Amino acid sequence: MVLTNTAVHQPAGSSIPAALRLALHPAVHTWGTTTSDAFLRVTHSLAHPPLPAAVREAFMAPYRGASRRAGVGNFVADIPVDASHPSFAALNGVADGVRGLDVPALMLWGPRDPIFSDRYLKDLLTRLPHADVHRYEGAGHLVAEDRNIAPAIFDWLAGRVTGGGNGGARGGPAAAAPAFRPLWARLGELSAGPSGGGAAVVEMAADGSAARSLTWNRLETNVVHLAAGLRQAGVGPGTRVSLMVPPGVDLTVALYACLRLGAVVVVADAGLGTKGLSRAVRGATPDVLIGIDKALAAARALGWAARRISVRDLPAGRRRLLGVETSLAALARTGSGFAAAGNVPAVTPDPDSPAAVLFTSGSTGPAKGVLYTHRQLAAMRDTVAETFGIRPGHRLVAGFAPFALLGPALGTVSVTPAMDVTAPRTLTARALADAAAAIDATVVFASPAALRNVVDTRNGLTAKGSEALGRVELLLSAGAPVPEPLLAEVQRIMPAASLHTPYGMTEALPVTDISFEQIQAATADAAAGTMPGAGNGVCVGRPVHGARTAVVPLAMDGTAPGAVPVTDAGVTGEILVCAPHVKDGYDRLWLTERVSADPPGWHRTGDVGHFDADSRLWVEGRLAHVITAPGAVVTPVGAEQAIERLDHVRLAAVVGVGPAGTQAIAAVVETVPPARKPGLAGPELARKVREAAGAAGVSVAAVLVVPAQPTDIRHNAKIDRSRLAQWASSVLAGGRPGAP
Amino acid sequence: MRVLVTGASGLLGRKVAGLLVSRGHTVTTFQRRPSGVDGATDRCGSLADDAAARGAVRDAEAVIHLAAKVSFTGRPAEFDEVNVEGTRRLLLAARGAGVRDLVFVSSPSVANSGAAIAGLGADPADPECAHGDYARTKAQGELLALAADAPDFRVAAIRPHVVWGPGDTQLVERVLARAARNRLPLMDAGAALIDTTYVDNAAEAIVAALDRISYIHGRALVVTNGEPRPVGELIAGICAAGGVPAPSWSVPGGLARMAGAAVEKAWLRLGKQDEPPMTRFLAEQLSTAHWFDQRETRELLGWTPAVSIDEGLAELAAYYGSR
Repeated sequence: MVLTNTAVHQPAGSSIPAALRLALHPAVHTWGTTTSDAFLRVTHSLAHPPLPAAVREAFMAPYRGASRRAGVGNFVADIPVDASHPSFAALNGVADGVRGLDVPALMLWGPRDPIFSDRYLKDLLTRLPHADVHRYEGAGHLVAEDRNIAPAIFDWLAGRVTGGGNGGARGGPAAAAPAFRPLWARLGELSAGPSGGGAAVVEMAADGSAARSLTWNRLETNVVHLAAGLRQAGVGPGTRVSLMVPPGVDLTVALYACLRLGAVVVVADAGLGTKGLSRAVRGATPDVLIGIDKALAAARALGWAARRISVRDLPAGRRRLLGVETSLAALARTGSGFAAAGNVPAVTPDPDSPAAVLFTSGSTGPAKGVLYTHRQLAAMRDTVAETFGIRPGHRLVAGFAPFALLGPALGTVSVTPAMDVTAPRTLTARALADAAAAIDATVVFASPAALRNVVDTRNGLTAKGSEALGRVELLLSAGAPVPEPLLAEVQRIMPAASLHTPYGMTEALPVTDISFEQIQAATADAAAGTMPGAGNGVCVGRPVHGARTAVVPLAMDGTAPGAVPVTDAGVTGEILVCAPHVKDGYDRLWLTERVSADPPGWHRTGDVGHFDADSRLWVEGRLAHVITAPGAVVTPVGAEQAIERLDHVRLAAVVGVGPAGTQAIAAVVETVPPARKPGLAGPELARKVREAAGAAGVSVAAVLVVPAQPTDIRHNAKIDRSRLAQWASSVLAGGRPGAP
Repeated sequence: MRVLVTGASGLLGRKVAGLLVSRGHTVTTFQRRPSGVDGATDRCGSLADDAAARGAVRDAEAVIHLAAKVSFTGRPAEFDEVNVEGTRRLLLAARGAGVRDLVFVSSPSVANSGAAIAGLGADPADPECAHGDYARTKAQGELLALAADAPDFRVAAIRPHVVWGPGDTQLVERVLARAARNRLPLMDAGAALIDTTYVDNAAEAIVAALDRISYIHGRALVVTNGEPRPVGELIAGICAAGGVPAPSWSVPGGLARMAGAAVEKAWLRLGKQDEPPMTRFLAEQLSTAHWFDQRETRELLGWTPAVSIDEGLAELAAYYGSR
């Protein structure tokens, strides 16, 4: 069964779409659908992008004249909106009957639809939980017009139906799953052990003191109580719960409570930007949203979730305003009552059931939801523990959102520094040192942008703060490459720390690891030019514990169509990873998942790179940013690094303009001091940039300057090369250079 | 091989004739004044004259037709007379004289409606859409030439884009003269990406077209250096080579195109003989992208440019430095 935007049932407690209500209104119905062609026109106008004039005319052709539109009027009149409608029983029969279907099902959905919004998709999914779903971001009601869905349907038929029906089979090189220990296993162990009275999670205040903290005992108890309260409120296995709470004590308790119940946590951060965040959350259709007031207000206004829960108890007026039904505090109280009565229901989630939806940064297209099972989350914990030797007794500063949640799972004491976690560059050296001092930290997680600011604000360090940072043994920085000079400065602040910059992505955290010393050795090898494959990219080291990496070689058209992963030195291709902690799949993106999980058992990262003769991986950029110049496939990072070594260049991006296969190459640079306006670089800069890129084997046609590179919000580091390429194309076509 | 080169007194024609001589061909040239090409035989005359055209092609096995009225201004009839009728006469004479192969040297402007071109190949010539009398009449000429293609009279068109080099009066001298008087603005800051062709490369491509005519007859191929550059940077490079300051002011391209069209009309109405300071064609050339897909051209011609833009600019600097 293949469905596009449709509905078989009006979800309880919701009203039918406003547009249909209007079309059915007695005052409008006949005029709107039959007398005039308004209904048809409005329907056709729902296409994204707009229908070409000829297509629109073709759709209208059978309906010229009111007499020919009687069918349109009847069609609308036949929508069974409530029980009084003669077709209502039949529709209910269909809606119930669908539940009994066990045939393969595919739903192709256009989410930008004022009629059949995501809630109808959600309803259908409760009836057909085994269905494959693909949401075409940006497409709408007329999804079959908006996107070319026919190839997708044929591919699906071939994989699921005519080809034997095992198109979703997992296989390949995945290692046998190790024994499963739930993500929360350490919480119970530690609370029952000798350190049960010691701090587990600490939250810093801006004044440098610990604002809140929980012991392991308290953490375990609070999690159990909240889980019981949530269960009572109807949250259970499969319930999607969006968590919009900043990292800290509350988020930790809520997260582990949800996981324990088998609920699926949806973790979208403000790093996606307001629009991206809204799109991400709506697409994941959470049943419940737990959030701080700001998030609750947005959720209410933007319709993110039907049920809303605040963190703290709110006054009645405010609760009504935000449409909040209860609070975490109230749920914990109820739960504690159940616990006292020995009435806590035992729920043991299936290790292979979904546990979390995380979101990609959206630096290469709309943010994608990434689904993890309990087993995969546990494997992520184990990989981090094994690779970096982090175990109970360690004390970590969590300045980087995804890892903030792993602390309790690793059995480490975790502290969140005083910062705006949605803006990593707000972490100051002082705030970091205060957090480190509060728990006598041994490990620090911080994003590259945060490290930059820590270095810039190091003058604010007190003697005590410097000492605390001096005792840090391990620093981890992930999310974007960390330049060597920055690492050198960080090393001065944390002289005893081993600095590591693991490489990974939302779909596989982490993939490889490399230390500062190893980076320096790799750079030396690249400069010496004696080791095959060393150079032309960012060296990210070797696979982490339990992971394997490989590449699928690039073809001349800049794609990686092959199916055979290789690891030969110097062969550039799309980077693949295979590990127990790789994602389960993309959420409601069946087509994307299919492309990414090929060959079976591997995850295609969308990054390109190569290995050197010493088995180190070098990342050369994004597959989507590969340039196809005449006779050469060019990856951007090598030339960008060469350009960034020039004085007065801060950030460089190398992009292609013109048709695939014969692209001209433009270098876009952000200088120090920054250019006042975007446009052509001066002759001197252009010459130097061309020379530097030329030495890296890249022939540059034009050099442009921008006051600031467009970077992603989450990491503030990944340059949006696709956007720059579009901008460069328009400037170099002879337009007035606007901003990229 | 006995080869006739028409228009050999121009920069490109001279290079083509010289190259053919150096490769051991027997070269005759045809134009109004002596070509000055060592080793070639000049036959002076005009393509307006049937008899002169017949005389020019006598004994030739192959013809390279470069003669044309190239200008940014002038009365339409003058362009028609040389570029259309002259070509028609030459084609007739050549067929009559048993010439086997003919290379028509054309221009990418024959297929350019004024829109930006980024990485495209050679579209068919279109006199209706071509901007300006030069492009319109070259388009008609190319259509005539390619229509004459036959198994026993093979015709190909080569469209070199913006040819320049030492001794060039079309582009280099114009740029230098205007820049020296600070009368050369950049359009939209000079960011439009354009392809150009160093004259030696264009000459080699044209000779290669004769060698490869069995593969390419009946077709038109665009020829460039394959190194697109922002127009402002090229102009700055030419100015540096010629020892004059580069343009330092910029005007919006749209405004310049409108102004160019107005100036052009005024010049014609006033009956002025000299060249107007700006024409619509020139404004378009300086403000919109023109760069081309060279993959097929290079494969078909078995040719790649020997002189890079930077090497060409060095040659240009040496030329002006020694004057």
